[in-house]
Amino acid sequence: MLTTNQNRLNALLIPTLSILLGFIFGALLMLFFGYNPIEAYQAMLAGVFNSPYFMGEAMRQATVLTFTGLGFAIAFKAGFFNIGVAGQLLAGWVAAIWVALSFPDLPRIILLTLSIGAAIIAGAVWAGIAGALRAYFGTSEVIVTIMLNYTALHLTNYIIRSVLTTGNTTERVSENASLRVGWLTTLTQGSRINMGLFIAIAVVILYWVFMTQMTAGFEVRAVGLNPDASTYAGMSAERNIILSMLISGGLAGLGGAIHGLGTFGNIFTQSGLPSLGFNGIAVALLGLGNPIGIFFSSILFGVLDVGAGFMPNRAGVPDEMADIVIAAIIFFVGANYIIRVALDKMRSSKTAEKGGE
Amino acid sequence: MNIVSLLQLIVSSSLIYAAPLIFTAIGGAFSERGGIVNIGLEGIMVMGAFASAIFNLTFTSTFGDMTPWLGLLAGALIGILFSLIHAVATVHLRADHIISGTVINLAAPALAVFLTRAIYGAAQTGPLAEPFGRANIFLLHRIPVIGPIFFENTSGPAYLGILVAVISWVVMFKTRFGLRLRSVGEHPHAAETLGINVYFMKYAGVLISGLLGGIGGAIQAQAISNEFGVLTIAGQGFISLAAMIFGKWNPLGAMGAAIFFGFAQSLARIGNYIPIIQDIPGIWLQIMPYLLTIIVLVGVVGKAVAPKAIGKTFIKSK
Repeated sequence: MLTTNQNRLNALLIPTLSILLGFIFGALLMLFFGYNPIEAYQAMLAGVFNSPYFMGEAMRQATVLTFTGLGFAIAFKAGFFNIGVAGQLLAGWVAAIWVALSFPDLPRIILLTLSIGAAIIAGAVWAGIAGALRAYFGTSEVIVTIMLNYTALHLTNYIIRSVLTTGNTTERVSENASLRVGWLTTLTQGSRINMGLFIAIAVVILYWVFMTQMTAGFEVRAVGLNPDASTYAGMSAERNIILSMLISGGLAGLGGAIHGLGTFGNIFTQSGLPSLGFNGIAVALLGLGNPIGIFFSSILFGVLDVGAGFMPNRAGVPDEMADIVIAAIIFFVGANYIIRVALDKMRSSKTAEKGGE
Repeated sequence: MNIVSLLQLIVSSSLIYAAPLIFTAIGGAFSERGGIVNIGLEGIMVMGAFASAIFNLTFTSTFGDMTPWLGLLAGALIGILFSLIHAVATVHLRADHIISGTVINLAAPALAVFLTRAIYGAAQTGPLAEPFGRANIFLLHRIPVIGPIFFENTSGPAYLGILVAVISWVVMFKTRFGLRLRSVGEHPHAAETLGINVYFMKYAGVLISGLLGGIGGAIQAQAISNEFGVLTIAGQGFISLAAMIFGKWNPLGAMGAAIFFGFAQSLARIGNYIPIIQDIPGIWLQIMPYLLTIIVLVGVVGKAVAPKAIGKTFIKSK
């Protein structure tokens, strides 16, 4: 019992300490360059939380991060690194906009279902390629998804320039394909927060149910923990690899649809891969693969991302600081061995002081 | 355009785009031969590019013509420092290699642009004072026919890269250090039993990848983009990773693959001058390096070529 309690405690302590250490690292860096870290962090938090508009924007960012985070997490649970969530998000984004622009006059519910469905399929297929190659040829999914990322980037730009338009930005989708809801927009004084938030919450619950209550989810986790034992127990490793990658890419594609139909209402050519993909990986690692943890990590990163915009003007600190803090947090999550060792040392010295048990 | 000047154009622009990839891909081979996956090469290139740009702008008046070459050293130094993070995280702190590499890739652009803003007050450095120009390779350019095609008006750093590839091949396959590095990547416990310091060899592999990746980034900044900004390095680290795999973790193979990818990248710019290729839509030329890598990974390389203990955390026996 003691060990499970301690594991539970560690599961909360490690992300909390990592966040703390990440912020401390950022503060030290700012001090070193002669900036005032307290002013900077204050500007960030006050900027977001004093304004309904920016709170809405932070939640809007958190919504998309939840999808890319969950997408990375499910493949991670099955033992795979889906570095390609950025490319799958792009695939979903362009698919959703393409469908929405092709049938602008369909009734809202049908058009939204079609667009979002197309996005999920596009993302799932893009990740499924990597899953199938891994399952049948043993090809490293890390390399394949990285290559597919850049393929998706160039293909998407090509589709925008040569198929959807002749310029660099598509038209806006019709009202019938928009995920915006009037009362949410009014409540947040015109921010781009949208229905995606509720879809995200629903998906978080579905993800939890799938992973903990369903046989298929159990198999995914089992294959991730020990592929040989799972195969011996009659589970198909190939099937589970492909299934987890399909769901992973589908979730990233869904995130792309929310980004396209909710945030922007169109798509435009990108000069690089969207940071939402890599920050989704960060969110998943910080949430330690737990859906609720991922949701709250997304909110934290949403606040960091949107709040960063206030640092240059109010504190004179470049807004890249937020990304440095994010990277530092993930460094400590990844190197949690050092935190574990420190915690164990503290605990054992405490028991030693009490004179053992 | 006659055939000699056409070939000259193809060879020189391929080499210009290949130069950063050659260095970085060889760096990747050193890291992975020691068993450490380094997807952080992209981030290391960013830091190398940043350091060389700062060096170039600051010291042109002191070093004149030599500035870009010395800028490579600046890139190498910062590359080593940055790869040290990856080495400490993966070897001593037992972090997952992919997670640590992802951290490097997240941190590097943010840190480099943060520092650029802190120093120059803008997100880009602006044009460099003394970039690499095109050069003739000493004496070789006088050889008839071959000289003008391969050695005239071409990329100096690329030829340095080819030299480094040959040296690296010797180091990796013909020296005691190379044998030890490879044994650590194949079977660390056996290596440890034979008295090899596994941690030291792994550090060496990662730091060499930092050195060469930093130089790769410095070439990209000083020979291709001629400034530093967030878009200076846009996927070259990952292409180098692909070149390394394409070249089967062998420095000479990695160099060959890097030159091929350089050729593919240059086609997007000069393809219009070349018969046949000018009829292929640009999009195919853009995605070809990535698709080829996947095809090669599936079809040619197979499972068994990567170092056996790659990506695994080695824990010293007591």
